[in-house]
Amino acid sequence: MPLGPVFTPHSPEAQAMSALFGAFLVLATVIFLIVAGLVTYGIVRYRARAGAGEPRQTFGSRGLEITWTAIPLLIVTVLFVFTVRTMASIDAPLTPDQPADIVITGHQWWWEARYRNGADTANEIHIPVGRRVLARIESVDVIHDFWVPQLARKMDAVPGRPAYVWLEADTAGTYSGTCSEFCGMQHAWMRFEVIAEPEADFSAWLAREAIPPQPPSGDAAEGARIFQQQKCGDCHAVSPADTRVLPGPPLTHIASRRLLGGEIPNTAENLTHWILTPQSIKPGNKMMDPRLSAVDVGPLSAYMESLR
Amino acid sequence: MKGLERWVSTVDHKEIGVLYMLTALVFFLIGGVEAMMIRAQLSLPGLNFLAPETYNQVFTMHGTTMIFLVVMPVLAGFGVYLVPLMIGASDMAYPRLNALTFWLQFFGGVLLYISFFAGGAPDAGWFSYAPLSEKAFSPHAGLDYWALGLLLLGSGTVGSAVNFIVTIANHRAPGMTIRRLPLFVWMTLVNSVLILFALPALNAALIMLLSDRLLHAHFFDAAQGGSPILWQHYFWIFGHPEVYIMVLPAFGMISEIIPVFSRKPIFGYGFVASSTLAIAFLSYGVWVHHMFAVALGRVFISVFAAMSMLIAVPTGVKIFAWSATLVGGSIRFTTAMLFAVAFLLEFTIGGLSGVAFATVPIDWELTDTYFVVAHFHYVLFGGTAFALFAAAYYWFPKISGRLMDEKMGRWNFWLVVIGFNMTFFVQHLLGLMGMPRRVYTYPNLPGWAALNLVSTFGAVILGLGALVFICNILASLAFGTRAGNDPWDAWTLEWAAKSPPLPENFETVPAVRSRRPLWDVKHPDAPDWAAEGGA
Repeated sequence: MPLGPVFTPHSPEAQAMSALFGAFLVLATVIFLIVAGLVTYGIVRYRARAGAGEPRQTFGSRGLEITWTAIPLLIVTVLFVFTVRTMASIDAPLTPDQPADIVITGHQWWWEARYRNGADTANEIHIPVGRRVLARIESVDVIHDFWVPQLARKMDAVPGRPAYVWLEADTAGTYSGTCSEFCGMQHAWMRFEVIAEPEADFSAWLAREAIPPQPPSGDAAEGARIFQQQKCGDCHAVSPADTRVLPGPPLTHIASRRLLGGEIPNTAENLTHWILTPQSIKPGNKMMDPRLSAVDVGPLSAYMESLR
Repeated sequence: MKGLERWVSTVDHKEIGVLYMLTALVFFLIGGVEAMMIRAQLSLPGLNFLAPETYNQVFTMHGTTMIFLVVMPVLAGFGVYLVPLMIGASDMAYPRLNALTFWLQFFGGVLLYISFFAGGAPDAGWFSYAPLSEKAFSPHAGLDYWALGLLLLGSGTVGSAVNFIVTIANHRAPGMTIRRLPLFVWMTLVNSVLILFALPALNAALIMLLSDRLLHAHFFDAAQGGSPILWQHYFWIFGHPEVYIMVLPAFGMISEIIPVFSRKPIFGYGFVASSTLAIAFLSYGVWVHHMFAVALGRVFISVFAAMSMLIAVPTGVKIFAWSATLVGGSIRFTTAMLFAVAFLLEFTIGGLSGVAFATVPIDWELTDTYFVVAHFHYVLFGGTAFALFAAAYYWFPKISGRLMDEKMGRWNFWLVVIGFNMTFFVQHLLGLMGMPRRVYTYPNLPGWAALNLVSTFGAVILGLGALVFICNILASLAFGTRAGNDPWDAWTLEWAAKSPPLPENFETVPAVRSRRPLWDVKHPDAPDWAAEGGA
């Protein structure tokens, strides 16, 4: 049985939550065993015997009743103290006195991550290992919820109401994340990845993402022409300088991303499939069917592959 | 035709009670089929049994149906049927209001289901968070039907709460002081007060939502100066008391059934009764624990965390009181008692996992995952539904004049217990593994497929258990053993009436000098009113 993310935390914040859950689990198990023990003792020991008359009628015991009111009261008081302490240690301030390192925006049904240097990407959030970054969580449409179980607390992305979380990982790796507030038809696949990498790799990635991709040539140049002709740019950015709020994810460096739609591997084959029948992989997404001929899709795919 | 005319025009509390229960049973079947569709779609990753938009409609309707068209009406039905009998009255205070509130709820349910034929069922979840529930994101008429249907249901519920309060205040038999009320009646009274203050918040929110959707208002539209969070506050200030509204009458049933089959009075009537008041009072101060994932500020959230933890204390008092009632008794394991004892254990699990969500950092991990789905099914199925099964076996003889079959009862019990735990226990683990709720499918991550399949198999067993229950009702109605007036040798006034009761309920109401008037009649040598702590 694989352990869930709650039991395999990879940041100080997640470790604090995990520790609290572990303590809670022990406590809850003990209480359940006490109740189960009492019930079992009752039904085994006091089963009706044949021919037995009515048992002695008792109406309660003030002492016992006060005891089983007072002890739980004590337990929840202690639990409350730990709750408040843990909250304080992991929660980002409501209005931080520093600008956010990443602005993460929920869209139906993908996540946008924009960095301070202008880098803008989708469904793939890079962070440096071992350093806490401040993320600002926003939404442009309905309420979403940003959740990376192994790294950070959940945070609702509410339109018109930005919120902040600390994002941190103690080990390099890829951590899976998901939208955790029901947000419509493709809520299930509003998934993403957080990639934690050493500081040098992260800086290199960040710098690369902030500059426009190489101008296309050959087949890709033909693809860029089709991209323009089909008005793909009405919904998708292909340059970090493009800061409009758009319904489709930025494609600026799409070729360097691992996943398509937060769901399937980003291969040339899958990309072609997506462009040809945009509603087949993630039905309900906001992309209309461009009704391209097979002849146009090849160059368009090549153009996408050139956007590194 | 004569029969139909009688049923639609009746103002008799017993017939209206039966109408409520039958309506709830029909919707229970529909909601159950929806549950099976959900489990079928989720049995393995990547299935296409239901399209995403269909799945979203089905889970929305499953939740809405089970809460508003099954649990609320069936509890109202038991209340309407039993309260006058248990307090020695001949009917509810306002018989015609009683009929009106039933039909409001009945047609509210019908309206909700008409949506399927009017462009699509509502698809924003039973909680319909704005702005997803706004016209911009859910353009078809489903949510209009949802809001209008719930307005009818909500108004009906408020009306019946008024009726309960007046009935219990004014129509008690001589000698039945407030402190001698049977606990089911007491909890129905407290529940009615709870309804009176909670449901209007929902009704107000529904009117705001309808205004946004149909009249271009902007209550919940952030871009126009409205607030999506406003919906959440209104919805949950109704929604959390609603959880207790769905569970307090069940507590009342358990408080009647366990003592009778343990052959002892409830352990600590005063604590059980007053802890109900504490729950009702605290339940208005816990709603924000549904919103801990919203950035609302740590101090604000801490207050609601404290209140949510506190409410576990009076709930625990009840669990201990019921368990202690068993000790020293002479326990008879009828099917009703089996369900009542199972209730104790299942509900304890649901209660404890609830404390996890009051512990804010745990909530920040687990809210909106399958851990929540597991938690509230342990409360509402393991708690309320188990109590309702117990209540059905316990009061069916009074209502029909016949006993339910005990052999089928055992099958019913074990299939439900095994099926229920198999379906929902594993969902705790899925939540801990990171599976979010309200998803039409999920990636094939390690362990997810296996646990979902177990859950689906459990649901099939649970479904079989429910079918055995319905068969048992039908078979026992036709062939059940004649019950007589008092098959369980019980102590509250309804068992002094005939089974089924006469139209006017009682020829003569026994004297009430304690909480157990029929015990006093049967044991003139040792009546409760003479015992210390008995009256």
